Amino acid sequence: MSQVDLSAIGEEYKYHFVDEVKPVFVAERGLTRRVIEAISYHKGEPEWMLKFRLRALEIFQKKPMPTWGPDLSGLDLDNLVYYVKPAEVRDAKSWEEVPEEIRKTYERLGIPEAERKVLAGVGAQYDSEMVYHRVREELERQGVIFVAIEEGLKKYEDLFREYFAKVVPPEDNKFAALNSAAWSGGSFVYVPPGVKVELPLQAYFRVNTPEFGQFERTLIIVDEGAEVHYIEGCTAPMYSTESLHTGVIEIVVKRGARSRYTTIQNWSTNMYNLVTQRALVYGDAFHEWLDGNLGSKVTMKYPSSYLLEPGARTEILSIAFAKTGQHQDTGAKIILGAPHTSGTIVSKSISKGEGRASYRGLVKVLEGAKGAKANVECDALLIDPESRTDTYPYIEIEEDTAHVGHEATVSKINDEQIFYLQSRGLKEDEAAALIVRGFIEPIAKELPLEYAVELNRLIELEMEGSVG
Amino acid sequence: MNQLEIRDLWASIDGETILKGVNLVVPKGEVHALMGPNGAGKSTLGKILAGDPEYVVEKGDILLDGESILELSPDERARKGLFLAFQYPVEVPGVTIANFLRLALQAKLGREVGVAEFWAKVKKALEILDWDESYLSRYLNDGFSGGEKKRNEILQLLVLEPSYAVLDETDSGLDIDALKVVARGVNAMRGSGFGALVITHYQRILNYIQPDKVHVMMDGRIVTSGGPELALELEAKGYEWLRERVKEGA
Ligand SMILES: Nc1ncnc2c1ncn2[C@@H]1O[C@H](COP(=O)(O)OP(=O)(O)O)[C@@H](O)[C@H]1O
Ligand SMILES: [Mg+2]
Repeated sequence: MSQVDLSAIGEEYKYHFVDEVKPVFVAERGLTRRVIEAISYHKGEPEWMLKFRLRALEIFQKKPMPTWGPDLSGLDLDNLVYYVKPAEVRDAKSWEEVPEEIRKTYERLGIPEAERKVLAGVGAQYDSEMVYHRVREELERQGVIFVAIEEGLKKYEDLFREYFAKVVPPEDNKFAALNSAAWSGGSFVYVPPGVKVELPLQAYFRVNTPEFGQFERTLIIVDEGAEVHYIEGCTAPMYSTESLHTGVIEIVVKRGARSRYTTIQNWSTNMYNLVTQRALVYGDAFHEWLDGNLGSKVTMKYPSSYLLEPGARTEILSIAFAKTGQHQDTGAKIILGAPHTSGTIVSKSISKGEGRASYRGLVKVLEGAKGAKANVECDALLIDPESRTDTYPYIEIEEDTAHVGHEATVSKINDEQIFYLQSRGLKEDEAAALIVRGFIEPIAKELPLEYAVELNRLIELEMEGSVG
Repeated sequence: MNQLEIRDLWASIDGETILKGVNLVVPKGEVHALMGPNGAGKSTLGKILAGDPEYVVEKGDILLDGESILELSPDERARKGLFLAFQYPVEVPGVTIANFLRLALQAKLGREVGVAEFWAKVKKALEILDWDESYLSRYLNDGFSGGEKKRNEILQLLVLEPSYAVLDETDSGLDIDALKVVARGVNAMRGSGFGALVITHYQRILNYIQPDKVHVMMDGRIVTSGGPELALELEAKGYEWLRERVKEGA
């Protein structure tokens, strides 16, 4: 049972603050060879990484903007700042070593408390780099690596190089190429064979410079029979100019391993959030994506799982909330590439005002994937008459013995439900919020409690004054 | 003044007039029965009391302890202490009974309700209803049987403790054991601070909830009122008998 905090209703959106951290180095506007070289230099990277970045830059420049999805014409890639390095401390070992301004910001986001409760280690990304990072002794003892991605490259170069950009190569899409060229910040995680990480690994981060593109890059390797849950949540302060977040998340789930990647993103509504998330899942392994998209102007995000060996399984659960001025173009991709692989997609979207939520999904069964099974369920809830939803379900089956099911529903908030709840004392918008929360409950209940509470609060705030 | 009073109430839906001058008073501390054939307007009256925006009140007034509630929204009426047990409780998937009940109780009391206080209240209600705790984690009416839905309405009644309740055919579709349980719930509420209007089609439930008064509604108005014996008479002679008598009288 999730607890509800009514006191949050009526509170100002608490994450709309901008604080006074001064960036040490801000690159010039636009993405050029010089900027890339500067990024690589400042990070003290090996030669091969600089070469990789420059190759990715060429790919980025050659690839046209994608036109099959949401409108990206408002995105001016030449006018963005591509690198910011925050003040002084990197990879602080303890909370006290983190600069005070930054610490205050995190305190306002409630991170120290959260940490006390369940965190196994905090990787907090502030602007481009990890400024605070700690791995609990237990993790160290188990041989688990959970560090800033830059540190991963420095300290574990061989391991890093073996997997980096193998799951999502720069050729994959224009924004993956952009991220590959300009990446900065993110996590590097390695879980050795058979190691079960009990508590979720969490990373919090914020974007904090106007017109600043954040190119977070995360690489997670879950070795054979290992288990891990990685959680990433982020909130962004409000800015008037357009912003871009282009992440690349690469996950390798080896034979018999289990992993889950949870993210709730609540970018400010000027943000273009274009993320490539992909997992390679090997024999009898299981990978789960849990994805919530509430903010941003445009989101394009389709977490994907490639089931490469027999018995590999995946589950992709997503929630999208689109308000006026927002287009959430989200979905999932499952490639079933071996016998007896199976996958489930559950997607729930809510459109409010003139908001638009699209489900875009692909289920592909390759020839020879005998007995492969996939099921897709996408449900859309429309709050207002002008709200919009669309579904683009692509299903490609090359294997006769495969079974793929697809179910889609569109519903509206029902007046009888509102009246019923109102007759018990709830205000009209509280009733609507409760109905929306019920709609996403099948997914929200999979979230860690703090996240579920946070999500519920955000929905209450979003629904405030929305009806009547 | 401590009463629920309905004064010459006229109301319509989709241009059709359903209530045609209802007059009725339920004093606090009393339980009245409202009987009448199908289509008489009993549920309409209940929903209008609760403030259902689907209906248009054309004339008359509804007074709660002397104060008109006509202009109030359904939630404002609820917070003033009015409760309607729905004839057809609505399903709200994904919302647990526990979660919903706590929110409703907080809304009613206008303050935070701690977990301990909440559980104490709910536990007591569950005992009266002979209901299992596990129901609390089920989604509100979602996939419930008719009987479970009715019991859930009474659970809400017991937890929210309104000053006035309208129970719309809470007895219909219940077997005798379930009926007794529902009656036990209503009787537990009885007292000087509680008034109820028990809408029913049959006399049966009135064996377990002794009404102080019985009113009969036909074609959108109260045609006769009397003591508990009126219910028995109706049971024996049927509504047609009354219809004839009303015609003769008119
Ligand atoms: N939407 C509607 N439009 C027109 N008439 C309606 C509508 N809803 C209910 N009615 C009519 O109102 C009358 C009273 O219904 P109701 O209050 O449910 O009666 P009861 O509860 O006494 O059986 C019935 O004749 C019914 O057909
Ligand atoms: Mg009825």
